[in-house]
Amino acid sequence: MAAMRKALPRRLVGLASLRAVSTSSMGTLPKRVKIVEVGPRDGLQNEKNIVSTPVKIKLIDMLSEAGLSVIETTSFVSPKWVPQMGDHTEVLKGIQKFPGINYPVLTPNLKGFEAAVAAGAKEVVIFGAASELFTKKNINCSIEESFQRFDAILKAAQSANISVRGYVSCALGCPYEGKISPAKVAEVTKKFYSMGCYEISLGDTIGVGTPGIMKDMLSAVMQEVPLAALAVHCHDTYGQALANTLMALQMGVSVVDSSVAGLGGCPYAQGASGNLATEDLVYMLEGLGIHTYHSCLSMLMFSLVLRAYHDLPHPLTCFSKGVNLQKLLEAGNFICQALNRKTSSKVAQATCKL
Amino acid sequence: MAAMRKALPRRLVSTSSMGTLPKRVKIVEVGPRDGLQNEKNIVSTPVKIKLIDMLSEAGLSVIETTSFVSPKWVPQMGDHTEVLKGIQKFPGINYPVLTPNLKGFEAAVAAGAKEVVIFGAASELFTKKNINCSIEESFQRFDAILKAAQSANISVRGYVSCALGCPYEGKISPAKVAEVTKKFYSMGCYEISLGDTIGVGTPGIMKDMLSAVMQEVPLAALAVHCHDTYGQALANTLMALQMGVSVVDSSVAGLGGCPYAQGASGNLATEDLVYMLEGLGIHTGVNLQKLLEAGNFICQALNRKTSSKVAQATCKL
Repeated sequence: MAAMRKALPRRLVGLASLRAVSTSSMGTLPKRVKIVEVGPRDGLQNEKNIVSTPVKIKLIDMLSEAGLSVIETTSFVSPKWVPQMGDHTEVLKGIQKFPGINYPVLTPNLKGFEAAVAAGAKEVVIFGAASELFTKKNINCSIEESFQRFDAILKAAQSANISVRGYVSCALGCPYEGKISPAKVAEVTKKFYSMGCYEISLGDTIGVGTPGIMKDMLSAVMQEVPLAALAVHCHDTYGQALANTLMALQMGVSVVDSSVAGLGGCPYAQGASGNLATEDLVYMLEGLGIHTYHSCLSMLMFSLVLRAYHDLPHPLTCFSKGVNLQKLLEAGNFICQALNRKTSSKVAQATCKL
Repeated sequence: MAAMRKALPRRLVSTSSMGTLPKRVKIVEVGPRDGLQNEKNIVSTPVKIKLIDMLSEAGLSVIETTSFVSPKWVPQMGDHTEVLKGIQKFPGINYPVLTPNLKGFEAAVAAGAKEVVIFGAASELFTKKNINCSIEESFQRFDAILKAAQSANISVRGYVSCALGCPYEGKISPAKVAEVTKKFYSMGCYEISLGDTIGVGTPGIMKDMLSAVMQEVPLAALAVHCHDTYGQALANTLMALQMGVSVVDSSVAGLGGCPYAQGASGNLATEDLVYMLEGLGIHTGVNLQKLLEAGNFICQALNRKTSSKVAQATCKL
């Protein structure tokens, strides 16, 4: 792949002046959105080429420097099932842990949870689904049985003061069951929330959803779980991810999962694309005048205090300006070169010479 | 390219009320003109004709067929007369053609055109660079075409480029877009397509622009034409639908590039648009399977991969 250009973009007029920010009231759109960067885990897990531990660590460090506030780092799953995640302990231990940035890791079972905590994890992620068949095929049990497994993790997490995030897969459709009722998604989400997950990400696992279905699903879930605890995780398999995400934002959701360079494929549709690309999401959010970081005053104060006493590499500007699109593009370019693949981000395609 | 998989995913249709979403959307398929015009590989006249025939059979009701522009400027469109004469003209389907000037208009009518398209912009610099005159002067040129069209009972559609941003001027004020659109409408264009020519727009900008234009021109006369250069096309289109727009331009297989951003992608892919509209319960009249076949056909002819995500998901690689 050709070298990255420094200027963003290679355009007749600089992107900053091209980029207009909406002045109209957008109704219920949130003022800030927290982006959960899933490239290093969900993205890489679904890429066929294996990348080395140093490459994974460098990617995550670059994403930290790009100003992302949550970076899903790895998965404590057996390498027998997911070879790409075999180096989970080395990755978690090897990355720079910037203050104010969370580095959650997937823990499919108690054994994985214990290994994650031993490796220094402060936040873990559990993975459920709104589909019985999908749960059966994926983790060989029913939804009810999966809750029992997760309960063990949640109790252990509570004792160890570890935050737990939940995923509900197949929120807009299932490769086996087809339609998934919004009521079922609401039921599973409510269960996760009541068991102790601080946030639940609702995933359109196979990307079949369209904005109306997103609205139906969120309407049901919002009856059961506070909006602030909800996130969306859209796959772009059918090109619907950003439109679905826009709908979620219009409903008031303020946490969005995405993957740098749109990494990841879809195991259920060969050749299909994967996650929503973080670059394209950031582009839209900035155009909508939405801040792309999730920082509270206390975090800002904390970093000010730290900087008074330590020589920190992490620039304060990351907190004040949100995600730095240029640095994000550099991270995307880096991982695509390592994977020997083209980016799936349209913003990255538009700003790179081919 | 490997064989097409036949099965499309089981589709879910929303049951919720979507507020102001239209019940039906007219898709204006611009692949054979806007798409092909921006592709670097030239395709033969028989291929163009076959593509258009396949698009007709897919149920599209408007197919932008060609451009009566000098082949010196746009070699891909050099066979405009042969293409317009060679296609099957199905009843109930419109086959508009671009006519940049009166000479092109006359050639188009002689070749059997029943609808023509004129191409303006909301940016002075873009107009200057593109057709070497000011916006005001461009109106005078278009007026000649509109008067001739009126005499000949030919419909005229207008394009307003740079509706959400300009590669030269940067920001474009919604008021300017409204002014140009209103002028086209008052001069006799039955419909005006508002184009995000370089794909820089985001949904809020789309909303601002449409809010201004809707004050001056009836909603039913408006269309949007979104480019996917920065991945925003479908989200921008959704916003336009929420504002009540019911005519959307798109291009089979997402054909076309962007002359202002090398390597960038082009139009919104018709397949991906149809997928969303069907999911929203909006009537399009389009047969997605046949549309995918048309997209596959033209991508093979162009020796390029499709830019449609739906097509990528349904094809085995």
